[in-house]
Amino acid sequence: MAVFFKARKALALCVSGCKSLSSLAELPDLHQMMRQTCRDYADKELAPIAGKLDKEHLFPTQQVRELGALGVMAVEVPEELGGAGMDYLAYALAVEEISRGCGSTGCVVSVNNSLYLGPILKFGTQEQKEQWITPFTNGEKVGCFALSEPGNGSDAGAASTSARQEGDEWILNGTKAWITNCWDASAVVVFASTAKSLKHKGISAFLVPMPHPGLSLGKKEDKLGIRATSTANVILEDCRIPLGNMLGPPGAGFKIAMQTLDCGRIGIASQALGIAQAAVDCAADYAHKRTAFGAPIGKLQAIQFKLADMAVAVESARLLTWKAAMLKDAKKPFTKEAAMAKLSASEAATFCSHQAIQVLGGMGYVTDMPAERYYRDARITEIYEGTSEIQRLVIAGQLLKEYMP
Amino acid sequence: MSRVLVGVKRVIDYAVKIRVKPDNSGVVTDGVKHSMNPFCEIAVEEAVRLKEKKFISEVVAVSCGPAQATETIRTALAMGCDRGIHVEVSGKDYESLGPLQVSKIFAALAKKEEASLVILGKQAIDDDCNQTGQMTAALLDWPQGTFASEVEITGDKVKVVREIDGGLETIKINMPAVLTADLRLNTPRYATLPNIMKAKKKKIANVKPADLGVDIVSRACRGTEWDTVGSLYEQWRSRSEHGALVF
Repeated sequence: MAVFFKARKALALCVSGCKSLSSLAELPDLHQMMRQTCRDYADKELAPIAGKLDKEHLFPTQQVRELGALGVMAVEVPEELGGAGMDYLAYALAVEEISRGCGSTGCVVSVNNSLYLGPILKFGTQEQKEQWITPFTNGEKVGCFALSEPGNGSDAGAASTSARQEGDEWILNGTKAWITNCWDASAVVVFASTAKSLKHKGISAFLVPMPHPGLSLGKKEDKLGIRATSTANVILEDCRIPLGNMLGPPGAGFKIAMQTLDCGRIGIASQALGIAQAAVDCAADYAHKRTAFGAPIGKLQAIQFKLADMAVAVESARLLTWKAAMLKDAKKPFTKEAAMAKLSASEAATFCSHQAIQVLGGMGYVTDMPAERYYRDARITEIYEGTSEIQRLVIAGQLLKEYMP
Repeated sequence: MSRVLVGVKRVIDYAVKIRVKPDNSGVVTDGVKHSMNPFCEIAVEEAVRLKEKKFISEVVAVSCGPAQATETIRTALAMGCDRGIHVEVSGKDYESLGPLQVSKIFAALAKKEEASLVILGKQAIDDDCNQTGQMTAALLDWPQGTFASEVEITGDKVKVVREIDGGLETIKINMPAVLTADLRLNTPRYATLPNIMKAKKKKIANVKPADLGVDIVSRACRGTEWDTVGSLYEQWRSRSEHGALVF
C-alpha cells in the first residue's frame, strides 16, 4: 500500500516535472507572442538608435513611453493597477529582448519593474500601490532603488543613512551611491536605518517622490557602459516625508531589500542574456561574411569553437534564468536559482562580448560595429544587483543548507 | 452598427531565407518561422482603427489553413479584433488551396456574418497572387476598393484612394464592399502585452469549408501543349464566339 502511494506521488512529481521541461523546450503561446512583440520593437526602434543613445548619453525618454504603452514597463503588475498582468517568465523574456536591442534601455526596464515596482507590489498597502505603482506603469514615470552607499555596497546591512520620526513625519539623512535612473526618476525606494543599534534589523524602507525638498542628486557618473542610463548619488538632507511613506513594517527594510534583489537578479540575468545574445548574433553574422585565407572565417575551427562556446554559455544561462523565473511564478523558493542565473548570465555576457570582439578583429574595436558597445555594456552585469562574489556566497549558502546534517 | 471581416494569412516570415526542398516539390516550411502576412497586418490595423472611430462595431479575423492558422488569428485578436474564425483546411487540401477557393470561403462567410466590409491584404508575400480580394468581390457582386492607401467611411459609402500604376485614384463605393490594403494605408500597431492577455479570452470558432457549403477542390489542371503559336491560335479561333475568347 505504502509503495503504491509512493509510486503515485513519484508519478505525479514526474508529470509536473515533465510539464516544466516541455515548457523550457517550447514556450507557451502567450509568451511566444509577447516575446515577438518585444523583439519586433527592439529590432525596429531600439537597435537603430542604441549607438546614438550610448554615444550621447541620452536617456531613451520616447522609447520608455512607447515601452510603457506596450506594457513592458510593468509586466508583472496586475491589470487593475495598470500593468500587463503577466508572469515573471514573461518579464524575463521581455527584458532579454529589449536588452538585445539596447542594453541601457533593458536596464531601465529592469530597474523600474524589479527594483521599484517589485517591492511596492509585494510590501505596499493598497493605498501605496495606487499612489506609487499606477502612475509608473505607462512609461511616463520611472522609479529607482537606493540601497548602496558610498561606504557600503555588498555590505548592505551597514547602512548609515538614517531616518528619525518627528511628529507625523520621517526625516531622512544620508547619501546613497550608484543609483541607476535617478536623474530620470519620479520616485525612489530608499533604505535607511531607524534603529542603528539593531544593525540590519533596524533598516526600514521608504518611498520618496522626486523631486522633493531635502533630496538632491549628485553629478552623473561617467560610466564605461549602459551610458544612456543616469547613475549618481542621491543626497538626503533633512528630507521630510509623511509617516505613510514607510514601505512595510519598521525594521523590515533589509528583508525587503534582499527579497527585491532576489527578483531583480532574474531581471539583470535577462539583461545580460540580451547583451550576450546580441554579441553572438553579431559574431556569427560576421563569421559568414568576412573572408580570410580564401573562405568565410566561419569555416575556420578556431572561430567555430569560439561561437560554440558562446552559444553554450548563453543557452545554459538562459535555461537557468527561465527556471528561476518559473520557480518564482510557482511560488517556490528560487533564491539559489536566481543567484545562479545572474552569475552565469553576467559571466556569459562578458565572455560572449569579449569573444565577439575577437571574432570581429579590428572591426570589433571600433564604434562602427556594436561589438565594442556590447563589451562595455556587459561589464556592469557582473557588478550591480549583487556582485558575482556575492552571488557565489548566496549559492553556497543555499546549497550547504540543503546538506545540513 | 456594422461588422467587418478581416482575412489574415499565415506565411513564411519575410526575413527568412527561402529554401527549396531537395525533391523540388516546394519550399521548406518545417521548423521555419511563420508570421502574419504583412499586408494582412495592415488590413487588421485599418479594421481596428475603423472600430476605434466607431464606424463599425465588430471586427472578425478569419484565417484558412491548418491548426497553426490559429496562431495568426490570436495575433489579430491581440491587435484588437473581437473574435476569430478558423476555417480548417489541412494536408493535401491546404497544398492546393488557392485564391479562388479562399474567395469562395470569404464570400460565404461575408454573407453568413452579414458583414458590411471585407478587408484583405492586397496580396500574400508567399504567392503574390493579388487575386483573393478581387475574386471575393466578384463572387459577392460587391464593389471593390483595391490597393487602398486611404479609406474614409461616410454613412454607407466608402471613399478609397487607390495606389495604381499611374498614380493615385480616388473612388467612392457603396457598402457592403471589399477593400484590399496596400503598404502605405497605415503602420500596424504592436500587439501590446495587456492586449495579448485580453486576447486569451476572445473566442476563435472552428469551421470546415463544407460547413459553409464551399467545395475547395482545386480546378487547376494541366493544359494541352501545342507545337506552334499558330496552331494554338487556330484552336482558340475555332472555339471562340464573335472572335471573343470563351472558356
